[in-house]
Amino acid sequence: MEEVKLLGWWMSPFSRRVELALKLKGVGYEYIEQDLANKSQLLLEYNPVHKKVPVLVHNGKTMAESLVILEYIDETWPNNPILPRNPYEKAMARFWAQFIEEKCNGGLWKIMWCKDEEERGRLVEEASHCFRTLEGELKGNKFFGGDEIGMVDIAANFIGYWLGVVQEVSGMELVTRDKFPVLCKWMDEFVEHSVVKETLPPRDKLHAEFEARLGAPSWKY
Amino acid sequence: MADEIKLLRLWASPFCQRVELALKLKGLQYQLIDEDIWNKSELLLQSNPVHKKVPVLFHNGNAIAESFVIMEYIDETWKHNPLLPKHPHGRANARFWANFVDEKVFKTASIAYLGKDKPQEDGIELFSQQLKMLEGELAGKDYFGGDSIGFVDIAAFFIMHVYGVVQEVKEAELMTQEKFPVLFQWLAKLEANDLVMECLQPSEKHLAHVRARLSVLDEEAASKTKAA
Repeated sequence: MEEVKLLGWWMSPFSRRVELALKLKGVGYEYIEQDLANKSQLLLEYNPVHKKVPVLVHNGKTMAESLVILEYIDETWPNNPILPRNPYEKAMARFWAQFIEEKCNGGLWKIMWCKDEEERGRLVEEASHCFRTLEGELKGNKFFGGDEIGMVDIAANFIGYWLGVVQEVSGMELVTRDKFPVLCKWMDEFVEHSVVKETLPPRDKLHAEFEARLGAPSWKY
Repeated sequence: MADEIKLLRLWASPFCQRVELALKLKGLQYQLIDEDIWNKSELLLQSNPVHKKVPVLFHNGNAIAESFVIMEYIDETWKHNPLLPKHPHGRANARFWANFVDEKVFKTASIAYLGKDKPQEDGIELFSQQLKMLEGELAGKDYFGGDSIGFVDIAAFFIMHVYGVVQEVKEAELMTQEKFPVLFQWLAKLEANDLVMECLQPSEKHLAHVRARLSVLDEEAASKTKAA
């Protein structure tokens, strides 16, 4: 019998990516919430290199890094594929997932923690360019994956939901409906998706957490 | 119809060397197109408009960028001599360590060798820890891929090789045989491999290139300090 466990944190978009993939495939799993302020022996044992969530455990074998885990899930449970089968299209999906991670999420992270107003302005401009590029990839489709959610949509989950809360809390106006109508439409579709909905942390709780953390000198974990 | 494979590259770039080795390990015929990244060509700007970087692989008209994305594409398109293990868990492990090389080792090395963005001492300690972790993953095996060169070997070798060159130029001793015997044993095995060495230019040429690049970086840093 399959034994699937997921070590996660309610607030982490990385951890929620894995949940989303498992749910899209109808894979049953045991969820083990982690206290990242007080890391468990289990987490330290299962991910000694990074000591982070998510960690997937399948039949005793452990895996870390959310995008790596997504590939594992798609290879192990091939129903409802999240990656295209054609090697070139698959390469494109991986390219855009990496772009989201490095340029979009990476850019947002720098903005969130930048205390210098001039530098923050420059970072927002840079990030804006990245979001414009990403928006272009939708190409008239409902999702980056086409008619259905794929790896790129899952990778973009922070943008799909968390970003809205961050913008509310910080007053940052990077991705707005008038500047990015197409991307915002994608965000609407994303959060309304029946399976995605199950993986989104409660908005008020997320709001409160970001309010507390964005005021602090640096992200605690 | 025969496959048409072209690689747009900078000879000195370890990311491009990765792709070349992957192609060679699969016994594929390909054409090299040298790029001047300080004077970017129309071909580069059109084929990789997002990042405007090398390597870019062209296969039967399709253009693919980002070295790991390209390596995975190569492995999936030509299935003989696999670069990744067969079993999904082995594949996940290989991807994990390849990401570790790029996300951690590569970035830490910039701090450790060049003092980029952060204090050098912090980088040096962290670099050492990360190299030890890589050694831990190698322990007992000839290659990260087991008995033969695999995805992680390709990911790590050319990056490590560059550090050897940087160390010569900077007269730094962050990566030594005494400190990392397992890593050095692995490096030696790869350096003895003809296909691997075909991906590298003569060491004097590489030394001169790195020396020139580092002095440009030093000048840029100095002018920033003056301006500040």
